[in-house]
Amino acid sequence: MIELENVAYSYGGGELLSDISVKLAPGSFHFLTGPSGAGKTTLLKLCYGALLPTSGHVRLFEADVRTLERDDIAMIRRKVGVVHQDVQFLDHLPVRDNVALPLTVSGRHAEAAGDDLGELMAWVGLTNRAEALPPELSGGERQRAALARAVIMSPDVVLADEPTGNVDWEMSQRLLKLLVELNRMGKTVLIATHDLSLIRAAKAQVQARVLRISNRRVQLAGADL
Amino acid sequence: MRFDLQTLRAMLAGDRHADRVVPPTGFTAQLTVFASGAMAFLAVFALALSLASGRLAEAWGDELARTATIRIVAPEDQRAIQTTAALEVLSTTPGIASARALTDAEQQALLAPWFGQDLPLDTLPVPRLIEIIAADQGFDATGLRLRLAAEVPGAILDDHVRWREPLVSAANRLRLLGWTAALLILGAVAAMVTLAANAALAANAQVVAVLRLVGATDRYIAQAFVRRFTLRAFAGSAAGVVIGLIAVWFMPSGGDTPSFLTGIGFQGTGWLVPLLLPFISALVALLATAYAAGRALRTLT
Repeated sequence: MIELENVAYSYGGGELLSDISVKLAPGSFHFLTGPSGAGKTTLLKLCYGALLPTSGHVRLFEADVRTLERDDIAMIRRKVGVVHQDVQFLDHLPVRDNVALPLTVSGRHAEAAGDDLGELMAWVGLTNRAEALPPELSGGERQRAALARAVIMSPDVVLADEPTGNVDWEMSQRLLKLLVELNRMGKTVLIATHDLSLIRAAKAQVQARVLRISNRRVQLAGADL
Repeated sequence: MRFDLQTLRAMLAGDRHADRVVPPTGFTAQLTVFASGAMAFLAVFALALSLASGRLAEAWGDELARTATIRIVAPEDQRAIQTTAALEVLSTTPGIASARALTDAEQQALLAPWFGQDLPLDTLPVPRLIEIIAADQGFDATGLRLRLAAEVPGAILDDHVRWREPLVSAANRLRLLGWTAALLILGAVAAMVTLAANAALAANAQVVAVLRLVGATDRYIAQAFVRRFTLRAFAGSAAGVVIGLIAVWFMPSGGDTPSFLTGIGFQGTGWLVPLLLPFISALVALLATAYAAGRALRTLT
């Protein structure tokens, strides 16, 4: 589904990631951990074609990202839901339209989604905030709206970058529960986080592999997590 | 941004959902509408000048090309005889439709602007003038000069070439200047729209980032901006043309007499020419924004 083979990524003259080989199989659940600045976000961006590797191969749905046109990558992003820590929305549109944005850009409009959109808003607990504008949302509401936006196209993969970074413990558990539910629906989930307590809480609910970035390389984390 | 029939059709049809993804207001919106309007207003005057100059050039060219004058410069006792002789020569010259000697009253009227109404023509050595109207095919001026030199020694033929050509040339240059001004104005519209589109794309970098994140293609993003700028340029230009036409309509008219200052305006189907401006402005805006968006999206991450 998403495969990185001997990938290196350099930026500003320095190598940020080196010899990375990761394979996200369908239906798997991964955590990506490591200290701040280790390259978690960079690795995530490589996984959805926002960055191109300096060397090595990134295969998104079996297509080498280097061979893809920009519009091809856009199409692939419709199959990959992404949630960032610093979520960005179109601030002039209500939450409902922001959540439906992936449908809009793919030519399927929110009206057509109808009940599905309502159910999704209810699933993330934002039914009564549907008409609010993004700046009016709290940190937790923004993350949940971002999650709803990431999954509205029923993507095969969900990538979340520090999804609980700006929310309290209770909200982080709620978000984790939503991500675990997605995995149980068959979605592949990769969460980049430095929050070890979140990983421990997840391992109690789902079989997750934990990848740790250390010294520019990725290794499978041990049982200490 | 690639341009094909599908893109153009989608652009004309519009998509109210797609239209909403770009924030509706902003500095660039007013800038585009205002600048397009102002440019269209100026373009209307440039076109009016150009079309009027064209009419003037044609009028001068036609009227003066078909007329000529003979001056009979002779002693007073010879003047009437030579005038009659000149008219006889003219009556047998091919290509001349009519010829007549101006009356004293007509000659006095011609001189009135300089000497006043009470000029005693008989006390001055004023030559007699003969007005010649040429037939469509024209006459042989050189041949006529030779015949007049032989038969009417005091006759001097002036076929107006000497001062007709510079006038027609000036009017034609003015016409060219008008069209050049109109083209420059369209170029300025293109430059202005390109700048505004670049500014809008830069100001909406977050919008572009969000759209890309959720799988929008560059064509989709560009189209949202291009359509908006095209419509703004069209609306602004249409308003400018309407105001410009009203202004031209109320300009003082010199009647049917062709002249520079009082003749600037449109006649007949000429009034329809400025109506093309909003469409041309929209096309220019479309191409300029498509170019700007294509370039900006390649650099924006």
